[in-house]
Amino acid sequence: MDRIPILKMGQFLLVTIQVDLYDRLALDLEADLVRMVSKTGAKGILIDISAVSIVDSFMGRIIGNIGVMSKLLDAETVVVGMQPAVAITLVELGLPLKGVYTALNVEKGMDLLKLKIQVTDEDETDPEYDHSDDISE
Amino acid sequence: MKQILNMITATISLNKDHMPVQRDQDVVPFRNRVKEYATKIRMGLVNQTKLQTAASELVRNMLRYGGGGEILIEVVSRGRDNGIRLTFSDKGPGIADIAMAMKDGYSTGKSLGLGLPGTKRLVNEFDIKSELGKGTKVVILKWANG
Ligand SMILES: Nc1ncnc2c1ncn2[C@@H]1O[C@H](COP(=O)(O)OP(=O)(O)OP(=O)(O)O)[C@@H](O)[C@H]1O
Ligand SMILES: [Mg+2]
Repeated sequence: MDRIPILKMGQFLLVTIQVDLYDRLALDLEADLVRMVSKTGAKGILIDISAVSIVDSFMGRIIGNIGVMSKLLDAETVVVGMQPAVAITLVELGLPLKGVYTALNVEKGMDLLKLKIQVTDEDETDPEYDHSDDISE
Repeated sequence: MKQILNMITATISLNKDHMPVQRDQDVVPFRNRVKEYATKIRMGLVNQTKLQTAASELVRNMLRYGGGGEILIEVVSRGRDNGIRLTFSDKGPGIADIAMAMKDGYSTGKSLGLGLPGTKRLVNEFDIKSELGKGTKVVILKWANG
């Protein structure tokens, strides 16, 4: 059975959604991500939805769940690359993407995650984590 | 029924397609079919996205609450504008209180209760008929340039 791959990059988990998700795939992704966060202690999840052409209330709820559950495990979730037409539609549908941050692209999303993590636990150090490209504002 | 008939007399149906939907896996092919038709009549991207999202909500309701059903996809025309009309029919339990079901946040399925009211906001025409014990029929219409 197919699954959406999850990449681990330092303290982040990276997911790129390339296909229109059918329900099973979306539910599996939710479960896999939560499992991965608790197993690896990842501090952030970045979900790239730039290839997704529609987000309905079901998909929206899954994304929201990922945000809420990862928060319970002390990780932040950023959704990046939402197509403008999708954003307009979500507003009209009335779907609040609660519990997740959004950013324009992967790069900005990464910056946002790093910022969030710095703010929430400045004192923690991770040997895997390269501090050289931190944003110092 | 009268309202649906009025909608039909104002428009001409150019093309018809029936799709049974019984399982989750039928949702993506159905959405793709809608996309094909919408592209054919040159519906703009934002309108297409709205239509597909609305369609997705209704097909989900049909599967979840109506036990599956059938969808009629039509290309319709009125004057110069073309549009897509989708009719979702199921033989499920029906909806006891439609006014309630149309409210934002009302759900008997522990969900967000956004599907029906959200769908109505996303399309140009929306009609819902339901009879307890008989089933539910929802008709939506989106104009290519509406
Ligand atoms: N085809 C149907 N047959 C029977 N009942 C339905 C049908 N469609 C909707 N309903 C009823 O109307 C309610 C509202 O539907 P709506 O789509 O707005 O919300 P939801 O499906 O509960 O939540 P969401 O769509 O946000 O996930 C449903 O909870 C259900 O009780
Ligand atoms: Mg619904």
